[in-house]
Amino acid sequence: MGLKTALYDTHVQQGAKIVDFGGWEMPLHYGSQIEEHHAVRRDAGMFDVSHMGVVDLKGARVREFLRSLLANDVGRLKSPGKALYSCMLLPGGGVIDDLIVYFMSDTWFRIVVNAGTRGKDLEWIRGHAQPFAVNVAERDDLAMIAIQGPNAREKTLAASGLGPAGRASAMSLAPFFGAQFGSWFIARTGYTGEDGFEVMLPAVDAAKAWNALRGQDIQPAGLGARDTLRLEAGMNLYGNDMDENHHPLESGLAWTVAFEPVERDFIGRRALEGFRGAGGQELVGLLLEERGVLRGHQKIMPAGEVTSGTFSPTLNRSIALARVPKTAAPSVQVEIRGKLHTASVVKPPFVRHGKALIPI
Amino acid sequence: MSNIPSDLRYTKSHEWVRLRENGSAEIGISEHAQSALGDLVFVEVPDVGRAVKAGEACAVVESVKAASDVYSPVSGKVTASNSALASQPELLNQDPYGAGWLFRVQTAAAVDDAALMSAADYAKYLADEAH
Repeated sequence: MGLKTALYDTHVQQGAKIVDFGGWEMPLHYGSQIEEHHAVRRDAGMFDVSHMGVVDLKGARVREFLRSLLANDVGRLKSPGKALYSCMLLPGGGVIDDLIVYFMSDTWFRIVVNAGTRGKDLEWIRGHAQPFAVNVAERDDLAMIAIQGPNAREKTLAASGLGPAGRASAMSLAPFFGAQFGSWFIARTGYTGEDGFEVMLPAVDAAKAWNALRGQDIQPAGLGARDTLRLEAGMNLYGNDMDENHHPLESGLAWTVAFEPVERDFIGRRALEGFRGAGGQELVGLLLEERGVLRGHQKIMPAGEVTSGTFSPTLNRSIALARVPKTAAPSVQVEIRGKLHTASVVKPPFVRHGKALIPI
Repeated sequence: MSNIPSDLRYTKSHEWVRLRENGSAEIGISEHAQSALGDLVFVEVPDVGRAVKAGEACAVVESVKAASDVYSPVSGKVTASNSALASQPELLNQDPYGAGWLFRVQTAAAVDDAALMSAADYAKYLADEAH
């Protein structure tokens, strides 16, 4: 039997089709994946993301520790509540995981890691935390719900039980900031290309909160819609678009690597400096010019491979992320079931805030 | 429980066949199959005039999740294919036994009944498959 979140029974009662995801039994959809996708682009949808790992790091030297552990620089985090997206690298530059780190206080940072990589992440972090005397605590007592869409913030706060002052304060959270409101930690982050919140709350309250959010007509959405939304938003999925065999610079993640200041010696830095400016590969977006659907691992001619592909419900076309040689032409051929199909090379994201960002 | 009309025959790969006395066979995929696939986004049907053999892959149904081949349950010549599915693949989710039909085959010889299941047998097959 797989692992279950605090909301598992609620999902089953509400008609979810359950699938295994990284060892977790999670909702794929609650009826129609495409309707759930549109609900997020047009109104508000919510995802149980409690399978992700919330880890609190505490100690006097926690900032110094994270500046050596992560490829992005937590030295940039000056205001409490500010979040940063970063990769955690092997010495050779391969990506162990991508994560979000929140600056809670000078002695406390919180990170959120992927479900499928939790075990190896924890082992890696604990091994490197020891010399810094940083305490590493998994927060299995917390559940996490992502509420996303143009109306997500208002509807979430209507279901939050917060008073007018608390709601106004949460509504004014800037993008990529989080703060504690009662028992909820509310952050203006997400994985869909829409506005919204990710809420961490006591797991024992999760079912009640989920039903209160449903009471505000927020559409429950599964992993299927989560994947089409993140791909339209041009966001990478760990294990597909980057992994331990691929470094950030060939995974569309150069923007997350802080080479400045030069004296910060993070794990993987030396290897990445060797890859900088070299030829090699890059991650690009593809838009299929013909009918059909791009999928991960399809071959690209003359060279390369699709890393993630899907049908885009917003564009009504197939889109993908693909790793190709840096000299790639404006279009490529993708092999789909033995036949070659033309795809344009485009710059992700494909969709943001409900609107197409590429010419169709 | 999945909807399994009693007047149709079924295959282990979840196609259905509507056999007519004149030797015409209409083919689609079952309610169970469309539900397992999820929202259909792309359907490829065979060209009219194509000769197909029983068990031959001759259509593709692709959902947000995955692509699946559809095998013709009978041998013969394709006389019609459902062109509405090109622009409305969701018909296959909404009405798998009606507007979501895939193609029609004119059979030359008598259809080998032994290779096809009755509705009752298919229901039992689905129940066994689930366990």
